[in-house]
Amino acid sequence: MVKTHMAGVLSAVKKVRGGVKVHHHKNTAESEVVRMPAPAKVVIPMQQHIGAPCEPVVKVGDTVAVGQLIGDTDKFVSAPIHSSVSGVVTAIGDIKMPNGILSKAVTIESDGEMRLWEGIEPPHVETKEDLIKAVRASGLVGLGGAGFPTHIKLNFPADKNIDTLVVNAAECEPFITVDYRECIENSWDILSGVYLLKDLLGFKQVIIAVEDNKPEAFKVLKSIADHSLDKHDEVKLMVLESKYPQGAEKMMVQSATGRRVPPGKLPADVGCVVMNVASVAFIARYLKTGKPLVSRSLTVDGSAIAEPKNVRVPVGTSISEIIDFCGGFSKDPCKILTGGPMMGLAIVGTDLPVLKQNNAILAFAHDDAVLKPESDCIRCGRCATACPMSLMPTNIVRAAKTKDVSMLKTAGVNVCMECGSCAFACPAGKPLVQHMRLAKAILREEGNK
Amino acid sequence: MVNGKKLVVSASPHLRSTQTTTRIMLDVILSLIPALIAAIFIFGPRVIPVTAVSISSAVLAEYVSRKVMKRHQTIGDLSAVVTGLILALNLPVSIPYWIAAIGSIVAIVVVKQFFGGIGQNFANPAITARIVLLLSFGPQMGNWVTPLSWKTAVTTSATPLAVGYGNAGAPSLTDMLLGLRGGCLGETCAVALILGGVYLIARKVISPAIPLTYIGTVALIMLIAGKGDLGFVAYQIMGGGLLLGAFFMATDYSTCPIKVRGKIIFGIGCGIITSLIRLFASMTEAVSFAILLMNLLVPFIDRATIPKPFGTPKKEKKAKEAAEK
Repeated sequence: MVKTHMAGVLSAVKKVRGGVKVHHHKNTAESEVVRMPAPAKVVIPMQQHIGAPCEPVVKVGDTVAVGQLIGDTDKFVSAPIHSSVSGVVTAIGDIKMPNGILSKAVTIESDGEMRLWEGIEPPHVETKEDLIKAVRASGLVGLGGAGFPTHIKLNFPADKNIDTLVVNAAECEPFITVDYRECIENSWDILSGVYLLKDLLGFKQVIIAVEDNKPEAFKVLKSIADHSLDKHDEVKLMVLESKYPQGAEKMMVQSATGRRVPPGKLPADVGCVVMNVASVAFIARYLKTGKPLVSRSLTVDGSAIAEPKNVRVPVGTSISEIIDFCGGFSKDPCKILTGGPMMGLAIVGTDLPVLKQNNAILAFAHDDAVLKPESDCIRCGRCATACPMSLMPTNIVRAAKTKDVSMLKTAGVNVCMECGSCAFACPAGKPLVQHMRLAKAILREEGNK
Repeated sequence: MVNGKKLVVSASPHLRSTQTTTRIMLDVILSLIPALIAAIFIFGPRVIPVTAVSISSAVLAEYVSRKVMKRHQTIGDLSAVVTGLILALNLPVSIPYWIAAIGSIVAIVVVKQFFGGIGQNFANPAITARIVLLLSFGPQMGNWVTPLSWKTAVTTSATPLAVGYGNAGAPSLTDMLLGLRGGCLGETCAVALILGGVYLIARKVISPAIPLTYIGTVALIMLIAGKGDLGFVAYQIMGGGLLLGAFFMATDYSTCPIKVRGKIIFGIGCGIITSLIRLFASMTEAVSFAILLMNLLVPFIDRATIPKPFGTPKKEKKAKEAAEK
């Protein structure tokens, strides 16, 4: 636990409603990020972000190097894609992504040298426009899991009156510790990233949010907030109760500023930009080195993993190779996830590549993978109490069953961020998030009519 | 596929709390054990067969009705045990066994399963069954045994609320706290009931909103009606089935509002109706009727207390309401 009554430390404005107490399982917190050796082959999908997919700009047979552009598009919401190894392009074709959607992907056989592309040089950044251009060129997407292109987020119009940058180091998903390791190992990058973004984008305040169960990260971030660069005490640390999902964007904005993001709006609509701590650190590194986003840190953990650890892997490395690097399976895996256990995606096999926004690979043995059986709803209301968005999951389920569109609209199902608190809390084991997604699909269908 | 074995693919979240319906019902059963033990001391060993008949016929009724309706079996969730147990606590110890069995069957078959089973019934099964028994078997349901008389010769007595506060034959407040008064077998021992209620609140099985507002409202009205006599207030709180009703029956998930605001309205409503019946009506059973009446209002209370989704602007809320009109 950390003390919150200190100068430069903002205790959360008010306790955010809802949420659930989930066991933290931060088993890998003390495991320093180890760099995985170059894989023999990477498969780099052209869709690793929310928005338009990229088109390959290389051909089969091309020789590429680390950091070389291999996919780009002129569509607005997108992020370019770079080679994560040096070697030869051997195939370009469709692969099935973890979410079941087909995406074009570039396969590169590595020569094992991890040779940097000669065109890499630090960008020249003096203004906001320079920064946005540089961030786009870096291929950065939100590293916290959502994968939204960062340059779009930062390119807010001046009339939005954005005054606050919230840096998210809460890492409220169980098991995942890569953001925590980022704080401990790359604190200098975080520090320079914070002040750089503040100065170039003109934020009046920066609030760094960390949960109260990470005292070491608190210490590091506190020193960032107390740094002599912060002449006017505009960088503050915010300590959150370690309760899931405090790290969700809307929760974060409310805790930091007391502002509530209205339904269907973004944090920018209430003057805030929320960024993951690793994304902030990456921007600082990119401006220094010019090396695009070609690798990322992952927590590999779960009851079926022999040697849980944090690894840094080239984007496009196959999940099975990463698991092998972590000692392979200690028990037969029954469920494998990319991402955390609350919002992560269960995958059908391990031959999938790691994407930019993946922050964990978790493999669970049978006992941890099989959920409690579903029984009848007893109307206990635990789902409604747990919902941080003040929704009534029971009502939404009922409305979805009868396809009652107007009821679904008033129930506000589109506000649901699928954090999973309701399903976690449900004593009847109802797959409530699945119901929410179904309800949203009904509304989408209705909207398309 | 990994090593030739298929992986489980399911929607997130992949972690679930350890709380289950069975565990919740088990907690309710545990919370009623003190009251049951107290009943055995106060009203004698006959408490045991009465409770056993009530519980077993409830479970059997649930089993048979699910079987007949070709629905999945639900006796494992222990909710039928809870219904049988609560009904037993609502009966006089002298009740003929067959009447107890009829009560359980009415509760499970008519009130619960006819409406779709657990979570679907609109009225509390035990309370409705108790009212049905009262109306059908008045004399047997009003045959109150004198506390501790089972040790010598069983005699009958009146309930405290029938005698009236301060009248000859009224039990002392200490006796009422310990349960040494006439009444249903599980409703008399205030200490045991409060103990069970506190357990349920501590285990987060129930929210304190309903018991607090219900008992609080009765206390407030009785304070006014009794012109500030605290003895009268305590007599009213511990008399009748208020504690049993407020902690264990008004808090039934299926038949109480979901949100805390709704629970508060519900509790206050129960308190007002209970007080009005006790003060102005000629009948007893204020708590049963109060809870049953409020059960019927739950859908309306729920609809009125639906929270607005996170971040809904206040202005828009008003504009929307105006537009709907």
